[in-house]
Amino acid sequence: MAGGAAGDPGSGGGLDAAVAERLLETMWRIRAFEERLEPLKRSSMVLGLTHLSIGQEAVAAGVCTQLRDDEPVYSNHRANGHALAKGVDMGRLLAELMGRAEGCCRGLGGSMHVVDVAHGFLGATGVVGGNLPFAVGSALAGRLLGQDRPAVVFFGDGAAQTGIFAETLNLASLWQVPVVLVCENNGFAEFTPRSAHTRVERVSDLAAPFRVPAATVDGNDVAQVHAAFAHALALARAGSGPFLLECLTHRLSGHYVGDPGGYRAAVEDEAWRARDPIERLVRQAAAAGWFDAERSRAAEAAARDEVEAAVAFAASSPFPDLGLPAELTYAR
Amino acid sequence: MSHVIPYIAAIQEAIREEMERDDRVLYFGQNMATSPEDPFLKQFGPDRVRVTPISETAEIGIATGAAVAGYRPVVELYMAEFLLVATDQVVNEGTRFHFMSKGQVSVPMVMVAGYGFTAGWAGQHTGSIYGMFMGVPGLKVALPSTPADAKGLMTTAIRDDNPVLFFQNYLLLLDEGEVPDGEHAVPFGVADVKRAGSDLTLVATGYAVRTALGAAESLARRGVSVEVIDPRTIAPLDVDTILSSVARTGHLVLVDQATRHSSVAAVIAAEVAELGFSSLEAPISLVTALDSSIAYSKPVEEFVLPDEHKVVKAVEESLGLAPASA
Ligand SMILES: Cc1ncc(C[n+]2csc(CCOP(=O)(O)OP(=O)(O)O)c2C)c(N)n1
Repeated sequence: MAGGAAGDPGSGGGLDAAVAERLLETMWRIRAFEERLEPLKRSSMVLGLTHLSIGQEAVAAGVCTQLRDDEPVYSNHRANGHALAKGVDMGRLLAELMGRAEGCCRGLGGSMHVVDVAHGFLGATGVVGGNLPFAVGSALAGRLLGQDRPAVVFFGDGAAQTGIFAETLNLASLWQVPVVLVCENNGFAEFTPRSAHTRVERVSDLAAPFRVPAATVDGNDVAQVHAAFAHALALARAGSGPFLLECLTHRLSGHYVGDPGGYRAAVEDEAWRARDPIERLVRQAAAAGWFDAERSRAAEAAARDEVEAAVAFAASSPFPDLGLPAELTYAR
Repeated sequence: MSHVIPYIAAIQEAIREEMERDDRVLYFGQNMATSPEDPFLKQFGPDRVRVTPISETAEIGIATGAAVAGYRPVVELYMAEFLLVATDQVVNEGTRFHFMSKGQVSVPMVMVAGYGFTAGWAGQHTGSIYGMFMGVPGLKVALPSTPADAKGLMTTAIRDDNPVLFFQNYLLLLDEGEVPDGEHAVPFGVADVKRAGSDLTLVATGYAVRTALGAAESLARRGVSVEVIDPRTIAPLDVDTILSSVARTGHLVLVDQATRHSSVAAVIAAEVAELGFSSLEAPISLVTALDSSIAYSKPVEEFVLPDEHKVVKAVEESLGLAPASA
């Protein structure tokens, strides 16, 4: 289910108890899924490259839970959180990551290429920046079709140094296309700190020359992400041009499962752990009287149960048919 | 005398030795020199060893500009697919410069790109896309299959006055092999006979050399003598060595991990069909990847790729042998 209470008129993106609970559940589902993914990857049940977003869950949750199924989301290599928050079924997602026939792409795509059109998850890319303009094209198509159907694309701060990023920003602005570009600025691209890649301090600093409105928020505070995205989404649904939302965050694990991690000596993991997005929401909820730590533990338990059910489903799914390459190389 | 090192270390050894020999050699790419302990950074300093942002187009273009000005840049691009982002720079800029300027400028640079990470890295990260570049005039393409060739071809690539695409195979990186001590340069355009034989010629490139040698070994146990030739560079391509082998064996099977219609195998088949037709006693056979993207799922990935079994089958058919009993 990807429709969202927060999209309702009047909520203004501010949290209430129901929205906060939904965000809590979403973040726990992502966290529990990815924590389980790591051992599955290490035991080779899951193949290829596994990029975890542990620590960054607030961005996926704060953004995707506000979107309808017909509002497309494009993602990058770090896609699990975006997919789950957008409504992709956990069992089918895991089956995909295990290369099984019941995966959402029948095992052909894998972790960097998850697509689930029914839930408006238009997929991830393994080439940094490769799909930034897709979102502009999607939003343009929505406009041409006369629908209020903005598109969203997630990208990392590393992608802002690609040429396609500037091209995308310029065209989105020139044509005033209703697209929200959501940057997860985690300060690293693979093993290299942002400071070694650019002298631009904030990704949002790049928006003004293109006359694209932008905001930078604390990406580990789901309330801030939610409010800022609600604002951007309302503008986009009303037919305005692009918006760039930068969320400052931190990935608590390696670039991928198994990365040697030497570069992380420089990383302030401990400071960021104290800013864990789930714990922060629980504190905010307690202060606001929405729910207590018990509710969070229940959400965690439910998420872990869902993950185990997904593992059972995926592990029992067969491998795909060998006729698929011939069948699917071209559309017929 | 020789020493035993992994394929990746052999490549690094060549780059290091060339940087020591010639201070015009620069080295840059993403994720390089991110720690002060990086051995290249320590030895050669931040002017010559540079980390780049995710900006393949500019990385290759800057290398071209520096090369025109007399430097010899080596650009590490990691996955070959990432250089597709910069296709204009790889194919249509530096490669044309020497010719179109009537030789006023030359562009001595090396682009290093990994390919064939067939370990569930799926459609955008596992291709063997070297075949796409072998018909680009002005561009040389090296495709080593052993640590010794990896070192020797890298040395030659850095010394060459043209843009060179150096494809390293990801699954070979940790393979160990003997590398000659001291200076070691392998000339471009000279194929190597990796195994001598008299019944049939197998020509394989890059990673597929391993597949071909495995097949040759199992065929030898059945008394079939297969010659395995590795062209080592696919541009320039040593057709003569292949032709003279086929003149002796009369049978040719080509093994290539690229998709069939973008393979080196297809080009070699055409050359031999034209220049060696009278030597052939059976049709040329191509064992390549299917013309499909590579799937994430292991069984489908394997289905699409060439393997020893498929090579053995092609050899049996060429020689009219009964299939080995299972
Ligand atoms: C065009 C291209 N160049 C290089 C890579 C290798 N690569 C994969 S992920 C990555 C870092 C991306 O950093 P960022 O966009 O900040 O996202 P993050 O991994 O931090 O979530 C790089 C360089 C790639 N996938 N595509």
